Formats: sequence, structure tokens, C-alpha cells
Amino acid sequence: MKAVLEVRDLRKSFGGIHAVDGVSFDVREGEILGIIGPNGSGKSTLFNCILGQLRPSSGEVKIDGRIVTGMRPCDLNRLGISRTFQLLQVFPQLSVRENLILAGQEHQGSMMSRLFGRRDAGLSAAADRMLGFFRLDHLAHERAGSLSYGQQKLLDVAMAFMAGPRLVLLDEPAGGVNLTMLADLRDRLRAINEREKATFVVIEHNMEFVMSLCSRILVLAEGRIIAEGTPEEIQRNPKVVEAYLGQ
Amino acid sequence: MADIFQLLIAGLATGAIYALVAIGFTLLWQTSQTINFAQGEFVMLPAFLILAAMNIAELPFWLAILAGLAAALLILGAMFKKLLVDPMLRHGVLPLVIATIAFGLFLKESVKEFYSAEAQPFPSLVPAGNLSIAGAVISLQDVAILIVAVVAVGALQLFLSHTRTGRAMQATAQNPTVARILGIAVERMILYTFLINAALVTLASLLITPVYLAKFSNGETLGLAAFIAAIVGGFNQVRGAIAGGLLLGLVDNFAAAYLSAQYRGAIPLFVLIAVILFRPQGLLGRAEERTV
Amino acid sequence: MTPSRNVVERVLIILAAAVLVAAPFGLKSYGIYVLSLWAVMTIAAIGLNLTVGYAGQVSLAQAAFVGVGAYTTALLTTGGWPFGLAFLLSGVLCFGIGWGLGYPALRVQHHYLAFVTLAFTTLAYLIFRNEVWLTNGISGIVGIPRPNVFGWSTAAARDFYYFCLAVLAVISAAAWWLVQSPWGRAFVALRENALRAASLGVDTRRYTLVAFATGAGLGGFAGALYAPLVQFVDPTPFSLGLSLNLLLMVIVGGAGYFFGPFVGALVAVFLPEWLRFTEGFYLIFYAAAVMVLLAFCPTGLLGLVDRMLEMHRRKLDRAATVAANGATR
Repeated sequence: MKAVLEVRDLRKSFGGIHAVDGVSFDVREGEILGIIGPNGSGKSTLFNCILGQLRPSSGEVKIDGRIVTGMRPCDLNRLGISRTFQLLQVFPQLSVRENLILAGQEHQGSMMSRLFGRRDAGLSAAADRMLGFFRLDHLAHERAGSLSYGQQKLLDVAMAFMAGPRLVLLDEPAGGVNLTMLADLRDRLRAINEREKATFVVIEHNMEFVMSLCSRILVLAEGRIIAEGTPEEIQRNPKVVEAYLGQ
Repeated sequence: MADIFQLLIAGLATGAIYALVAIGFTLLWQTSQTINFAQGEFVMLPAFLILAAMNIAELPFWLAILAGLAAALLILGAMFKKLLVDPMLRHGVLPLVIATIAFGLFLKESVKEFYSAEAQPFPSLVPAGNLSIAGAVISLQDVAILIVAVVAVGALQLFLSHTRTGRAMQATAQNPTVARILGIAVERMILYTFLINAALVTLASLLITPVYLAKFSNGETLGLAAFIAAIVGGFNQVRGAIAGGLLLGLVDNFAAAYLSAQYRGAIPLFVLIAVILFRPQGLLGRAEERTV
Repeated sequence: MTPSRNVVERVLIILAAAVLVAAPFGLKSYGIYVLSLWAVMTIAAIGLNLTVGYAGQVSLAQAAFVGVGAYTTALLTTGGWPFGLAFLLSGVLCFGIGWGLGYPALRVQHHYLAFVTLAFTTLAYLIFRNEVWLTNGISGIVGIPRPNVFGWSTAAARDFYYFCLAVLAVISAAAWWLVQSPWGRAFVALRENALRAASLGVDTRRYTLVAFATGAGLGGFAGALYAPLVQFVDPTPFSLGLSLNLLLMVIVGGAGYFFGPFVGALVAVFLPEWLRFTEGFYLIFYAAAVMVLLAFCPTGLLGLVDRMLEMHRRKLDRAATVAANGATR
């Protein structure tokens, strides 16, 4: 199975603090990889390095075999990588539908064609389909800022999928979401994964969510991977328990 | 050779003043994300405060200086922070930038209306006169400026690195979040940087106004020079502000002497563009983390 | 039933347009001149709004672009070139300069564009003043003709005012179309959350540069109209002061609101007229008012209106809920 994402010996230091201290892993096409670890273990920093938000101190990131270390986030996105944010990042002033169209428009044609082309960049149908899939259709014309937290989370995830990405990195998607919505979210993610063969990497604190969604899990502590395996293996691993209890 | 030496001293003297103004500017940016577009007017104002103390309150010069300093610390330090910066920071950097622009305009027009639109003479701390060193004629003013600036910056550096408060301020400048976690009274440290800036601009005002006379419009060129000096040196370093200021002063003086004097005011622009194109983090700056 | 917001907006626009068309009949030539000046400044402010309100960057060079446009048009029209061509060239030239300035400045972070534009304004002013062979220096360029549009002479004050109004209308329509296009959506994203926008593929650097360059081009168009309005061009108006004034226009009106520049320009052009009795103090009032406005409502006057409408709407919603609850009991 081909690796969609390859991370080789990634390091990121802030002054004397080694937030990410030599992390290497592969993500295979179509799998859902979970990354867990106690607070401060470097999960978010790792994401930000992969996604171009931060420049790694050293190491390499490859997408489909192509080196992308340090590329700008917008260029990475156009290569087929998408993300959701831990802190909600929808566009509150735009309507839900507009948010989705925005999420996909930069992949339609060139900048000039977007200026002279259709107002919706040809994405109305796709946006409606996405709304239907996430069961947000009744909210299509509402201002995104007026949605409930859980609904905004769904919108955030929906936006990450508008451009039909190869790889989606989800940063704590379950944070602050109530139980019913959580089940819904997991259900939608699994559906997309099966239907589109989309590859996910998920950072999460919610153990139950991660264990039930992911096929493989990495455990990070103090910037290094201390364990790797299926959810069952991880749950039984003494090193993992120690890393969490030692907090 | 003597000419070059003269220009060198004059350039360093100008540069020292730019450095003083740029240091305060950089400190404000580092600790509280404040881009103070009124920094030029901040340098213009203390001279007028001192003049007012002398001509209206009829205080002797040295007492007027103290009064002016006190007023500057209050208005440009504490009040600026509490009444303008703190309320605006909540809304983001852009509104704050605009607010400081408006504040600069306010100060400039107030001086113009309430004091005078005409250039006013300003007493010098140093008697007018020249030194003759190896055939070069150097004004006492320039020498005095250099000495005072070096002493002031040296004192500031000592304060920042050898006192507890100073080190706490440095920590706050480097990373306010971490500083807070370490138990540093971050708000108070930020207030101190505002006060230090007020003191620095007062000093710069004292040094430069005797030369250029006190005029409400002084802020424009000085402000621009300070911004460029800070960026050229490396926006995130105090050492950078010093280096940038001195460099700009030197370039300014040499260019005015050997190239067109008419375009002297445009020199900061070319230096800025050159730095941005070839070394965007500034001469002494660290390569910035990208956020977008 | 309160009418929908869109309907109210449309009625207001039609009313305003009617007032603008009828206004010159009740005014003397000086009043018509001020109105024409308002139209010209609004065009410059619309351009600046693109940079500040949509791309979220501070530009202090808009006055320089207006100046470049004014001088370009003055030189060309006094040299016999047709106004239409001069107008277009002014805009294109300024767009190019804007692109050239913005390209290096926007590659780096922070508000470097602010400083670059500040320095550029200084340079432009010096060029206007010193390059006497080109600009005639402080003496300026006189006798700038007013255009002849398909046989209609705009030499008279009222005719030229209608010409300015027509140009403003066309530019407003173009700006509206821009803002409604996918570019407009990208601009809003850029302004609201540049980080998120980038992660969705929005090339923030490119869009910001385009916004800035277009804003500069519109400044050039404004200058091209300014030259025949005043019929005399010298360096004095195109200083940092005008840049600040334009910036304040955009902010006071409401950065990022489509009609912000119209409102802001209204305040900026008419305030000195109304406060004429205070002589020099009006700038002090103005600056103080801007600071207060920003502290209280950083989204400007139109933002204030928005906020009041929002409060009003919530009050109505609450009243409706209470009524509904009462009815079901």
C-alpha cells in the first residue's frame, strides 16, 4: 500500500524546548491514523510543521513521494491536503453555503478565471451535496456565526472536504462536541473514508472517539513516538499508560 | 579623509538618535504588539512640553526638563497605554495602528494650534562649538549626542540584563505567555516598556530639537526614520534597532553629502526596500516563524 | 412586519442617488465643487477600502497614487491627448506601481506594507516637487482642460459634477461586481481569518497584492478626475496628510463595508466646511473623534449602524418569543 504521507525525522525546537524531537511515520492510503498523547507532547506542533504553518528545524515531509517540507499552507492545500482546526475557524460573517463554496473555490481554475467566471465558481451543486451529507441543509443560508458549536464543527469538517482532498488532518475534531453529535461526526467521517478512500490523520484527546474511529494509533510523548499499533494494542501498552499517568 | 571622518561622526550622531527612537518602538512592538505610528510625534512633543514649562510656567531649563519628562511619562507612557492601547488591543492590531495614527495627528495639530505653527528655538544642553581633530571639524553637539546616547543605551542594556525587573521585561518581550506562566507581572512589565519608551523619546527630543528647532511637523521624518531603522535592524531585537539606527544615520549623512541633497528624505525608502528584498528579517533579526 | 434589510438598503441607495442628482440645483458653484470633490475622494477611498477593509493591510500611499494619476492626466491632457486615454493610463500606471511596491513588501510579515507605503509617499512628494522638468515643481501645471464627452462639454461646474458622478457610478458598479465575485469571497476570508483562508488554498499573498494594486489603480483614477476638477496640479495636496485623511475616511465610514468610503468621504469632505468656524481645530476634533469611535466601535459608522440594527432585531426577536410564549400559555 502506497504511503500518502511520509514524515522523516521531523524536529522542531523553540529555543531550548524540543517540541518535536525526531518523529518519523508513514500514513497509508485510505487509513485513519490517530495521534494521541498527553498535553504538551507536541501533537499540534507536529501538525503545524506538516501543514506549513511552522517551518521545521529539521526533517522531511513527503506527500505522494514529493518533498513538501516548509511549503506554504495554501500551496499544500492545492496539492490535496486539508485540515480542520482545534479552535473553530469557520467564517462567521458568511453564510454556511458561502463557507463551503469558499472552501472549494480556490481549486477551480485559475485566479483570472475565477474573477470572470460564475459567482459561485460552479460549486453550488457540490456545496448542496456536502450540506446534505452532513445534514446541515436547513442551515444553508444562515450566518455561520449563528450556528451552535457542534454544527460549526460539522461545517468545519465539511469545509475540509470540499476540495476532495487526498489527505485530511483533523485537529481535535471531538473537542467540545456533545455525545449525539459526536456519534454523528464519527459516522460521517467513516462514511467519507469508505466512499472517497480519503486518508485521515486525527489528533484527539477523547480516547473513546479515537479508539472507535482509527485503525492505527501513534502515541506521542515529549516530542517522540513512544508507541504504535492498533487501538487494542495501544490500550494494553504499559508505556502508554505510564506516559499519561506520569502527568 | 577628514571629510569622511566628519561625516562619520555626524552620521553616527544622527544614527544614535534614530537608534534611541527605534529602540523604544521595537520594545513596544515586542511586548505588546503595538505598532506606534505616532512615535515621531512622541519625539516632537517633549520639546514643546519643556518649552511650555519654561515659557508659561517660567521654570528654569533644568527644572523644565524634569517637568517635561514627568509629563511625557504620564501622557506618552501611562495614559497612552491605559487609555489608547489597552482598549484598542482587544479589537486587533489594525484598529490599534489606525488609533496611533489618529493620536499622532492629534498631537501634531494640538501643538500647532495650542503652541505655535512656527519653528521655535530650543536651548541646547551643550554649548555650540567645534572640536578640531586631525584636521576634521566636529561639532560639540554631535559629540555630546553620541556620548549621551551611548550612556543611555548602555544604562538601558545594563538595566535589562542585570536587574531582576530588567530580566523580567526581557522575558516578557520574548514571550509574554511563557512569562505569565513563570509568574512575572506581565501587565506591569508592559507598562514599564511604555514608560521607558516615553523616557527614550524625551531624551531623543532633548538631543535633536536644538539642531532642527522645535516644530510641530518634526514627527514626520523622525517617525519614518525610526520605523525603517527598527525594520532594517531586525524588528524583533533591541540590538537590531541600535544597528539599524546607526546604519541609517550613516547612510543618510553620506548620501546627502555625495548624492543629491534634494532626495535625502527618500533614502530611508531605498534602504528599506533593499533590506526587505534581500534580508527581510533585518540585519540582526532572526528568521521569522511563518504564520501564513 | 418590518421590511427586509435588503429592501431598506435599496430604497436608501435610490434616495441617495436622487439627492446626488438633484443637489447641484440648490447650490452655488463652490458647493458643486465640494460635491465633485466628494465624488473624487470617494473613488480614492473605494480603492483604499480594498486594501484596508478587504485585505486588511494599512496603506499610507493612496495620496501618492492620486498624485501620480493627477500629474499623468495633467501632462497628457495639456499635451493634447484625449482624456479617456489619460484616465486609463493613470489607472494602469498606478496599478503597476502598486504591484511593484507591494510585491516585495508583502513577502514578509507584519505590517511592512505600511512602512513601505509611508516611505513611498515621501519619495513621490519629493519627485513631484523636485523634478521640475517633468512636473513644473512648485509652480505646478495650469490650464488643465475639462473633457469633452461625445460632444458634451463638461467645462461648466454642474456638467463636470455630473461627469464625476457618472465615473463614480461606473467604478462603484465595477467594485460591486468585484466584491460579489469569488475574489470578493476570498477577500472576506482573508480579512476575517487569513490563517484559515490559507489552509483552504487561498493564496493570501497574491490576493493581498491584487487588492493593493487595484486600490492603487483606483487612486490613479481619482487623481485623473482631480486634475480637471481643480484645473491646476501642484505637489501640495499629495502629501502624507491626504493619505492619512483617506485612511481615516475608510475607517470612519467602516472598513470593509461597501458603502463605507461613501460615508467616510462625506464626513471628511464636509466636516472642514461645517467646522470652518473652528479654524484649525477641526483636525484636532476629527482625530479625537476617530480615536473615540475606534475605541467604541472599530468597525466605523456603518459598523455602528449594523450593531444598532442587530440590537433592534434581537429586541424584536425577544419580544416575539415572549409573545409566542404568552400566547401558548
